[in-house]
Amino acid sequence: MELNQKIRSFIESQLVVFEDEAKFEDDDNIFEMGFVNSLFAMQLLEYIESEFSVTVDNDDLDIKNFSTVNNISALVNRKVG
Amino acid sequence: MSHILDLTQEERQAQIVAGAERFAEEQIGPRAREFDEAGVLADDLIQDMAARGYLTANLPTEYGGLGLDPVYYGLFQQAIGKADCATRTLITVHSALCGESLLRWGNEEQKELWLPRMAKGESLAAFALSEPNVGTDAKSVETCYRKVGDTYVLNGNKKWISFGDKADLFVVIAGNDQGQVSAFLVERDFPGVTTRPLKGMLAGRATHIAMIEFDNVEVPVANLVGKEGGGFKYVVSTALDHGRYSIAWAGVSIAQEAVDHMVSYARQRKQFGKRLAEFQLIKGLIADATTETHAARALCLKAGEMRKNKAQDAVMETTMAKYFASKVAMKVATDCVQVHGGNGCISDYPAERLFREAKMLEIIEGTSQIQQEIISGYALRKYSKACKR
Ligand SMILES: Cc1cc2nc3c(=O)[nH]c(=O)nc-3n(C[C@H](O)[C@H](O)[C@H](O)COP(=O)(O)OP(=O)(O)OC[C@H]3O[C@@H](n4cnc5c(N)ncnc54)[C@H](O)[C@@H]3O)c2cc1C
Repeated sequence: MELNQKIRSFIESQLVVFEDEAKFEDDDNIFEMGFVNSLFAMQLLEYIESEFSVTVDNDDLDIKNFSTVNNISALVNRKVG
Repeated sequence: MSHILDLTQEERQAQIVAGAERFAEEQIGPRAREFDEAGVLADDLIQDMAARGYLTANLPTEYGGLGLDPVYYGLFQQAIGKADCATRTLITVHSALCGESLLRWGNEEQKELWLPRMAKGESLAAFALSEPNVGTDAKSVETCYRKVGDTYVLNGNKKWISFGDKADLFVVIAGNDQGQVSAFLVERDFPGVTTRPLKGMLAGRATHIAMIEFDNVEVPVANLVGKEGGGFKYVVSTALDHGRYSIAWAGVSIAQEAVDHMVSYARQRKQFGKRLAEFQLIKGLIADATTETHAARALCLKAGEMRKNKAQDAVMETTMAKYFASKVAMKVATDCVQVHGGNGCISDYPAERLFREAKMLEIIEGTSQIQQEIISGYALRKYSKACKR
């Protein structure tokens, strides 16, 4: 849960819409909702790598792994674990 | 006697940059006009730079690079860009756009094959994203691919590709019918690849800008860069982030070169029995140009430090540096022309070339308008008191 919260705060800090428009659940696809700009995927990746000291390699790059808070948490857990 | 291995990383990098400054001043600067007028960047210069490791100064030494960190790589580009914009463009597309995206997203085989070749100048690389109908909205590329057995078949046209008429390796961005955008390594020799130089350019005349046509080009699956579908979100984002950092420094280098010429001319040219530098209005131009150039450099250095430390907002600082430095370059180059009067309008003096090259920086690697979009999106969240809970 704490992990989800951490990831959520990062995403919230990068949104390009006003906060009242930016309601999303842990299972919502943040890319499809149009909340982020074109640099977001790369910034998210850098955040994950530096914050959790993991390396995301090419095989993990499926956009599904990054599309929701829950999926990102799952990826981080897999990498850390 | 001190040996290069005894030096600290800082000293080693500082020496490389000092060497590049000397080389650029002596070997590149004096030829900038010749390159611009002939529309050709000389092969002997490219090979000379390759021999010194300059073609991939940012890449790790294991791949033949010089291992400069982002700050020193920025200073290195400043040195080259001050001498000649076309030579700096080669560094931008070859080492920043293509080199960094291959380093980040290429697999081991791709890196081991291509990066050392790029370092030695055996292969020159170009980045093929833009198209006749697609510029700012880059994820809507029309160049398409489909998988047929063990190959991807590419069709379409790319436009404005710097060094497209000279490179032998292209990083090509294309989409499939499922809306996925992917990146491919395409060699010039692949059947169906043709390039056509674009003439009549305002700037970048010696950068071998070209149209590239892909007519049923068969690309082996091994040449996919990163994952299928990751071409825009990862490869293009990485490339443009590095490209923007490079163009930010290009802005500083044009601005500084313009200040140098503005000052030199104002000190020597006389009107009304006085040097131009004695007129207050000219001093005002010089003061503003100097201040703005220093400010642009400070922003680039800040972005460089943040990139080096992998700071979270490094991408944003880089975007601001690109936006600001290209604007400063345009303004300072315009004032440089102004101080030169008529002599600012003729190729006998470098002012007009700097003016033309500066304009291009506000268009490439994301136009100023798109940088403003990104920066305002960032500011609207970061600096809203309501959001700072
Ligand atoms: C010298 C030179 C070298 C280049 N080298 C390369 C290269 O090596 N590889 C490559 O792939 N491309 C290259 N390009 C292409 C370059 O990246 C594009 O020209 C650039 O991205 C702008 O696209 P465009 O020209 O299609 O303009 P457009 O996208 O058509 O834009 C036209 C105008 O509309 C504005 N605009 C567009 N969308 C918006 C928006 N949403 N909000 C506000 N304003 C908007 C733009 O800011 C601009 O002012 C090069 C271009 C030049 C001139």
